[in-house]
Amino acid sequence: MAMEMRLPVVRKRLGEGLGRETKKHLVVPGDTITTDTGFMRGHGTYMGEEKLIASVAGSVERVNKLICVKALKTRYNGEVGDIVVGRITERRRSAEDELAMRGFLQEGDLISAEVQAVFSDGAVSLHTRSLKYGKLGQGVLVQVSPSLVKRQKTHFHDLPCGASVILGNNGFIWIYPTPEHKEEEAGGFIANLEPVSLADREVISRLRNCIVALVAQRVMLYDTSILYCYEASLPHQIKDILKPEVMEEIVVETRQRLLEQEG
Amino acid sequence: MASVALSEAEKVYIVHGVQEDLRVDGRGCEDYRCVEVETDVVSNTSGSARVKLGHTDILVGVKAEMGTPKLEKPNEGYLEFFVDCSANATPEFEGRGGDDLGMEIANTLYRIFNNKGSIDLKSLCISPREHCWILYVDVLLLECGGNLFDAISIAVKAALFNTRIPRVRVLEDEEGSKDIELSDDPYDCIQLSVENVPCIVTLCKIGYRHVVDATLQEEACSLASLLVAVTSKGVVTCMRKVGKGSLDPESIFEMMETGKRVGKVLHTSLQSLLHKEESLGPKRQKVGFLG
Repeated sequence: MAMEMRLPVVRKRLGEGLGRETKKHLVVPGDTITTDTGFMRGHGTYMGEEKLIASVAGSVERVNKLICVKALKTRYNGEVGDIVVGRITERRRSAEDELAMRGFLQEGDLISAEVQAVFSDGAVSLHTRSLKYGKLGQGVLVQVSPSLVKRQKTHFHDLPCGASVILGNNGFIWIYPTPEHKEEEAGGFIANLEPVSLADREVISRLRNCIVALVAQRVMLYDTSILYCYEASLPHQIKDILKPEVMEEIVVETRQRLLEQEG
Repeated sequence: MASVALSEAEKVYIVHGVQEDLRVDGRGCEDYRCVEVETDVVSNTSGSARVKLGHTDILVGVKAEMGTPKLEKPNEGYLEFFVDCSANATPEFEGRGGDDLGMEIANTLYRIFNNKGSIDLKSLCISPREHCWILYVDVLLLECGGNLFDAISIAVKAALFNTRIPRVRVLEDEEGSKDIELSDDPYDCIQLSVENVPCIVTLCKIGYRHVVDATLQEEACSLASLLVAVTSKGVVTCMRKVGKGSLDPESIFEMMETGKRVGKVLHTSLQSLLHKEESLGPKRQKVGFLG
């Protein structure tokens, strides 16, 4: 049995010294971004008294004449085409609903779906238009901030280490064992409740701890970063990954590899 | 207790994992998450401690006040416990939602301290039948991430270790009236001995095995748990079963043995950490809440 007690340490900021050419322009609500009136206002900004003011806390992004502020930590804002992983909390109670859906989906179930439309009050409507989407079976859910999930072409990844991952744009990350046969995708509505093998479990637990480590150090999540972090964590035991010093070590290594890959 | 909704498949995954001694975060059935303990975080208390166990965050403050001893125990002081489940911890605790859980935890704390050995109450007596020290132990739940009882008991022990009670003398006049005199030196205090203060080990029954230090998800898969209060010598002071499910007497015995074993290791780690923190002296860098 393992029991570790320690005194708390002040968290160090790992961002410095990792070779970024331009420093990000960080603003808080109320900060002036620019007094030049030639720019178009994007998300997170508003015009007041001849100057452009930020309305959220985040970093300023400029594309030609458009200025917007990308918030660092927000509630999820749906966009059409996003993949989300969600949990059913409540359902409509009507006679037809009882007969039809209750056999397939219960309260508390996890599903993966795509955003079909966004309403003006922020609510989104979802659809599961292929067998790729639908009820999720056995696996592990990790909840992170939505701003840490990088927007990519595909959010369903079969990682070479032996597990699969769904990076929901809403911050819900689902890690599950790769289905053996290609016909049984993550979706469908019949969950497979057979025990998962120990080797697969180890991969899934390791991935889960790596994702938690990356989130703690505010690294963007996408398939490459998760994979590099997994490889960097292999020398350590799975349960040791969550120790602060091991976490720092693997994330620093992951960051360096990502920078090398970009440069 | 705060609860999370889980799908059937997720519960099956967790239960099978426990059977194979590999939990979701890679721990074995008898492994604790990393614990962070810091004492002396609240300045206007006699003693305080903050414990972080995974996502569970507990703050305990101890205030020593003078009062009259209880009628049936005129030579002893006593402890009063109060647990506040703040709405910060989880939305379920909003308004009066946290009161039930608070009462349950406070009653458990009273029970585990309700024996002669845990704390030397005679040292809290100033003059029999007239004055004694009452220690008000206030527990504040800042964040709820599973395994509340263990974290609270560790925090209470650390706060009692950190408690400094001012040394007082009773002076008698010729007329017989008594006066209580406080020592001039503010650092002249008595320290309590926390050698025999018990800590709670919660064992949750999941499937056919039991786990120590369950997260919120694991607690949602467990139908019955056993709370065992163990001292550093392995003596069990109190035992309680919680949950809707039933426990086989044999499993209760096994869980108790695990609890004693795990409890002894818990105590040695905590004692060594508290002594290490004390040896760093008043000049140590305090992390507090903005670290």
